[in-house]
Amino acid sequence: MFSYAVLSGITLGGMYALVAMGLTLQYGVSRIMNLAYGELVIVASFIAFVFMTALGINPLIGLLIIIPASFALNWVIYRVLLTPLVARAKNRGMLEVDSILATFGLLFIVQGVLLVWFGGNYYSYDFLNNAVDIFGATIAANRLVALGFAVVIGLGFYLILTRTRMGTALRAVAVDPTSARLVAIDVNFASCFAFALGGAMAAVGGVLVSMFLTFSTSMGVVFTMKALIVVIMGGVGNMLGALIAGLILGVAESLVATYIDPGLTIAVTYVIFLLVLLIKPSGLFGRAAS
Amino acid sequence: MSILKPDFIRPVGIGAVIFAALAFLPSLVDSYYMSLAISIVSFAVLATAWSMFSGPTRYISLATVVFFGIGAYTVAVLGEVLTFPLVLVCAGLAGTVIALLVGFSTLRLAGVYFVIFTFGLTELVRQVVSWYEVNVTREMGRYVFLDITQNDIYWQLLALFAVLLLTGFILGRSRLGFALRIIGEDETVAKHCGIDVTRVKVALFVLSALFMTLTGAIMAPRWTYIDPVIAFNPMLSFQVVIMALLGGPRRLLGPLLGVIPLTLLFEVLTASFPNHFSIQLGCVFMVIVYLLPGGVVGLYEKYRAPKKRVLATDQNAKTGGSTA
Repeated sequence: MFSYAVLSGITLGGMYALVAMGLTLQYGVSRIMNLAYGELVIVASFIAFVFMTALGINPLIGLLIIIPASFALNWVIYRVLLTPLVARAKNRGMLEVDSILATFGLLFIVQGVLLVWFGGNYYSYDFLNNAVDIFGATIAANRLVALGFAVVIGLGFYLILTRTRMGTALRAVAVDPTSARLVAIDVNFASCFAFALGGAMAAVGGVLVSMFLTFSTSMGVVFTMKALIVVIMGGVGNMLGALIAGLILGVAESLVATYIDPGLTIAVTYVIFLLVLLIKPSGLFGRAAS
Repeated sequence: MSILKPDFIRPVGIGAVIFAALAFLPSLVDSYYMSLAISIVSFAVLATAWSMFSGPTRYISLATVVFFGIGAYTVAVLGEVLTFPLVLVCAGLAGTVIALLVGFSTLRLAGVYFVIFTFGLTELVRQVVSWYEVNVTREMGRYVFLDITQNDIYWQLLALFAVLLLTGFILGRSRLGFALRIIGEDETVAKHCGIDVTRVKVALFVLSALFMTLTGAIMAPRWTYIDPVIAFNPMLSFQVVIMALLGGPRRLLGPLLGVIPLTLLFEVLTASFPNHFSIQLGCVFMVIVYLLPGGVVGLYEKYRAPKKRVLATDQNAKTGGSTA
């Protein structure tokens, strides 16, 4: 029982970490507080569902289509919707307020479209749903596959950020957009790229989650919320922090769901969030707030 | 405070006359228009209360419905045990306690933490109330049968709105309101002026939450059936933010300018396209954010600004001259 709870907590936490890494990119580099982020996760889940049930495309192969498509979609969102806000903002605070409001509107539009198409029911599909024994616990194979992919893709994104020229430029913009300009980094391009990359990570998270969880049109808000909490807990812009915070959140949730009550998972998230706010608001690994 | 000066008495007097006239509305129109009037007044209270805190500080609260729902739920739970005025007091207390908790844990940090916290708060409260009802009281959904008519609800809301406007008016000329405006302009400056920034913000947040809670409590008898999904519907928070932004949250009467047109618009939209409501709401919202960032009031001020600015610099020049 215990090892099952921990294992399923780790798979869930891996998804949270992956999804939060994307959000930390969007918020840390592009300075966009994206409240519609979780909706993009859910949209990807529904696309994976349609691929699997209507077209018979396995979700892992579907990723090959979904990753570039979501990258392009988020690129367009940034160029069309967010660039005017970036242009009119006088400082970071104003951009934050404007982006919160704009993406809040986007949230309701996306949710409304999903509701019209899919209704309010819960969805799931069968994929690799056979049991596997590991460390004395029985767990569905799809969870392990999802975790494996999350690790590989998360590692890939991490290497892009730390080992490539583009990644270094993104991290420079995260630290100081004004100084980044002085060393010939195209800040607008970097912001747009980070936003699109973050959106692609959200889509990957959505596809992987849909393999083992039931999902509904109204779950986007919960994903946004959890991703935001993981981002703050790990320290804004900190990829490794997001990974560890995501795992902590996933395991804590899974333990409470197993031993106390599955209806209290959001409460756990909030207790953790409150503790972080009260004790270390700059995050577990964050620098002191400036 | 300058309570007896004419610039205080005149607006308050005019307001009193308008509200007295509005109190006769039930004898003039039928029940359809009464229910529309109730929607307008309740949104007016919510949007004005929202702006009282979020306008000057620019902290966007996405949790209006949390307080509204707490008020409604208090009535559902205590409505048949206590008399209605006592129930309202209990609702007010519950709202105040929650607002204090939220305020003190988030408002000493940067604004974005507050937004995130309020963003998920609705989901949290709804889950906790559902969990409590399922596991402890074992009844999901409650009936509210109180001897309160539509007209009573209207009069109570009207009275609440009058009190809210008076509070906002007094606040605008008090030290607390002044401190709040300084915080909104620049928090560092406010700290250096010796303002206890967190305390001021929490005080205003609690005050604004109190009015939202009371609105929920007054509106509860209108539903007759309440469950967590109805009481804590995030759409309401969203509507309130849109209305306040359309009107202009930085003036006392600004939100009212957004409430009236949008309540009428929502009335038409829900009646004709019930399934596409959220999409249209999102679109309306985007239009406001992109095209009217300062709201209707902001637009009005923009076209009046040149005249005002001349006057202001004129006065500056004079005072500058006299001190030099």
